[in-house]
Amino acid sequence: MNPKLSNRVAITVLYVIASTIVVILAALLGYIIISGLPALSWHFLTSPARAFTSGGGIGIQLFNSFYLLILTMLISFPIALGAGIYLNEYAKQNWVTSLVRTSIEILSSLPSVVVGLFGFLIFVVQFGFGFSILSGAFALTFFNLPLLTRSIEEALAAVPDEQREGGLALGLSKWETVLHVIVPAALPTILTGVILSAGRIFGEAAALIFTAGQSAPALNFTDWNPFNISSPLNPMRPAETLAVHIWKINSEGIMPDAKAISSGASAVLVISVLGFNLLARFVGHRLFKRLTAG
Amino acid sequence: MNNNLQKQLLKRSKAAKLERLGKTVSFLALMLITLTVFAIIIFVASKGLSTFFTNHVNLMDFLTGKNWNPSVTNSKGQPEVGALPMISGSFVVTILSALLATPFAIGTAIFMNEISPHRGAKLLQPVIELLVGIPSVVYGFIGLTVVVPAVRSVFGGSGFGILAGTFVLFVMILPTVTSMSVDALRSVPRYYREAALALGATQWQTIYKVVLRAATPGMLTAIVFGMARAFGEALAVQMVIGNAALMPTSLVSPASTLTSVLTTGIGNTVMGSLQNNALWSLALVLLVMSLIFNLVIRMIGRKGAMSK
Amino acid sequence: MQKKRWIECLLLVGLIILGGWAYQTRQVNKANMTITAVGSTALQPLVEAAGEDYSNHHLGTFINVQGGGSGTGLSQVQEGAVDIGNADVFAEEQKGIVASRLQDHRVAVVGITPIVNRSAGINQLTTAQLIAVFTGKVRNWSQVGGKDQKIVILNRAQGSGTRTTFERFGLKGQRSIAAQEQDSSGMVRQIVATTPGAISYVGFSYVNKTIQAVSLNGIQPTNQNVADNQWSIWSYEHMYTGHNPQPLAKKFIQYVQSNAIQNTLVRRLGYISMADMKVTRDGQGKVHQVEANHE
Repeated sequence: MNPKLSNRVAITVLYVIASTIVVILAALLGYIIISGLPALSWHFLTSPARAFTSGGGIGIQLFNSFYLLILTMLISFPIALGAGIYLNEYAKQNWVTSLVRTSIEILSSLPSVVVGLFGFLIFVVQFGFGFSILSGAFALTFFNLPLLTRSIEEALAAVPDEQREGGLALGLSKWETVLHVIVPAALPTILTGVILSAGRIFGEAAALIFTAGQSAPALNFTDWNPFNISSPLNPMRPAETLAVHIWKINSEGIMPDAKAISSGASAVLVISVLGFNLLARFVGHRLFKRLTAG
Repeated sequence: MNNNLQKQLLKRSKAAKLERLGKTVSFLALMLITLTVFAIIIFVASKGLSTFFTNHVNLMDFLTGKNWNPSVTNSKGQPEVGALPMISGSFVVTILSALLATPFAIGTAIFMNEISPHRGAKLLQPVIELLVGIPSVVYGFIGLTVVVPAVRSVFGGSGFGILAGTFVLFVMILPTVTSMSVDALRSVPRYYREAALALGATQWQTIYKVVLRAATPGMLTAIVFGMARAFGEALAVQMVIGNAALMPTSLVSPASTLTSVLTTGIGNTVMGSLQNNALWSLALVLLVMSLIFNLVIRMIGRKGAMSK
Repeated sequence: MQKKRWIECLLLVGLIILGGWAYQTRQVNKANMTITAVGSTALQPLVEAAGEDYSNHHLGTFINVQGGGSGTGLSQVQEGAVDIGNADVFAEEQKGIVASRLQDHRVAVVGITPIVNRSAGINQLTTAQLIAVFTGKVRNWSQVGGKDQKIVILNRAQGSGTRTTFERFGLKGQRSIAAQEQDSSGMVRQIVATTPGAISYVGFSYVNKTIQAVSLNGIQPTNQNVADNQWSIWSYEHMYTGHNPQPLAKKFIQYVQSNAIQNTLVRRLGYISMADMKVTRDGQGKVHQVEANHE
């Protein structure tokens, strides 16, 4: 086979693969969204869930999911960024570094229920945080760190060395180069990593069952004082998230419309991830422009 | 005056101070992660090893036994904690789904990064990022309503089994492997491609002989992460694989994985009891197995990688 | 640069003042009136609904109800980490629990019935047939009067209350062969509904049109038959506490046991009310008749 022909064949095959994937993924998303759409309504999105009668909504769960996501990101992003920077910019290539890398990769294979139980014993029982958003956020941080660190490290590694040389040549210190040149340049890729892990956090259930809990007490949306138990902002209240709610009604739900709620909630989940995705992209684009003066 | 100038010159500059601060802070972040990782590993190990030290279960019985009934004692007076069915189930389903997902993921990644970056960024990437956010229970339900009946009508049996598990895991790990492969491809310097094309190589030759080789370590990491996710996945697999602690005899007979047995059982056992410890031993096996996977892939990676 | 610093400082001070103000104006009475109940997912909806009810009647209290499984509930209440442990099984039946350290409060009864896929053509079995099916002696539905279809057994997870009860009273103490396992009733129902030839067991409240409930030895799985123990596959729902529970935990459990809950929520959620039971059963499985108007 001559190179030109094999070139064409290979590229055709790649087209086929890519379109197969698109078809599979689109079918999956379509299935989720279409089966969930009939359940969607303003009432569904804003009213609290009901235990055993039909007509319940997912308002509190939706809020909890977002709040938990933000808290988790606030905790885990700085840590992952720092670790990623150190791994890529400072760490020497020796056995210690590779031990650290391996252990991080191993952590990501732990089933989330183990992370959840660890979080339960440490944060809920030992530290006395109780079943709370805070415990959930810490458990999710554990769960989130490996992937996030890894993708930040990859993102930094993808920045060409010329940029580092340029920064150093301008008389900047290494840290300043990293902070003002490398990180901004890697921002779009870092953002992808953040979005990916945000998606995982959003969809995670098993790690939260034992930490953030699986009940969603009524919230008073006029009370924004974080020290009150019914305030939405209180990080010490138990908070069932959307994914946990889906899990719960599928496993033990006895409300007559459990199926509709579950598919509706799944659709909302996917749409929220989509919305979050678009927003992050928009913000990232603006940020990228500002930081790189592009 | 002279003294003052000397002092100023000898003093660390602001930038140097900042440099040290930055390095320390980022090092501390890394140490924090490492510490938590070790804390979890020690935690799992201490719980998992107590099956052998406190409850005196024979390690070989655990690894090679085929009966899993921790609350029942067998003829030798030992509890039945044979983990072989789960170990082999996890192993087979992970390998198969990784084998299935790798060509698709790498193909898609090449397409997204090399052939049609525009469409890749506009269409594929958002879709892939969306997929990561679908909770496993939803994957499980789609598997239950779509994949299992399909397997049943095509291959016979009850439909529950390794094959159904493989299909579900394939879709689940695809986004992770693809997006990490894209990152790996993106980190191949542009002049590699330019140089190859300038030498007269076709696009495919450039991809195959230059870009892919340069990106091999990154891609292997992507696959390891995908396998790790497949390994650790519980809820979705548990719903379609049948979750029966039996040795897998065919691809369509019910089987189980380490995680699925762990997740189903953990809430029904009491901390510190043999039943509970045995489940933690499964978690430990999981850790050790992913460590082995990791090392193997690393070895392959070292052989295949181009020296930079 | 200088200006930015200044604004940052102002913001920080503002935040601290705001935080202080919020702390000062928090609702103090709620601080120590919280109890936590953890355990059985099957019992969770009842306790949760009762807890909400209770909080509405007793302002300033908060009942935190979580799942996690009977095993978790019992071990955590034994450790003293939570106030109430919800369980579907007697503490004596759970390995690793010292039952004498706990106090049992029964709050409801749940009946359990075998269910089969509708296409199997089965709606009744004898106990001997049921045992033969679950111990693998019978592998095709035609052998017990159904259609020619392979039997697919589906169990709950080992140690789950439903399985313990089913094996003890439905299979007369025999153990099921190794087969598929799921850890929740909803999942079991879903799989039985979609898998030809499948058989499993769930609590009465999960029976619906998608599956076929099976009567045993000619006795229908109904609440009435459970009440006089004609249908023997049933269990109590327990709320365990330590011997010196918090006053609020005690009051709350009394509330759950009161008529206000027993006659409304308990029935609406598909449980059998304690008041309806004509028999009691202890941890060893001994049945005693209840005198009328005794409870």
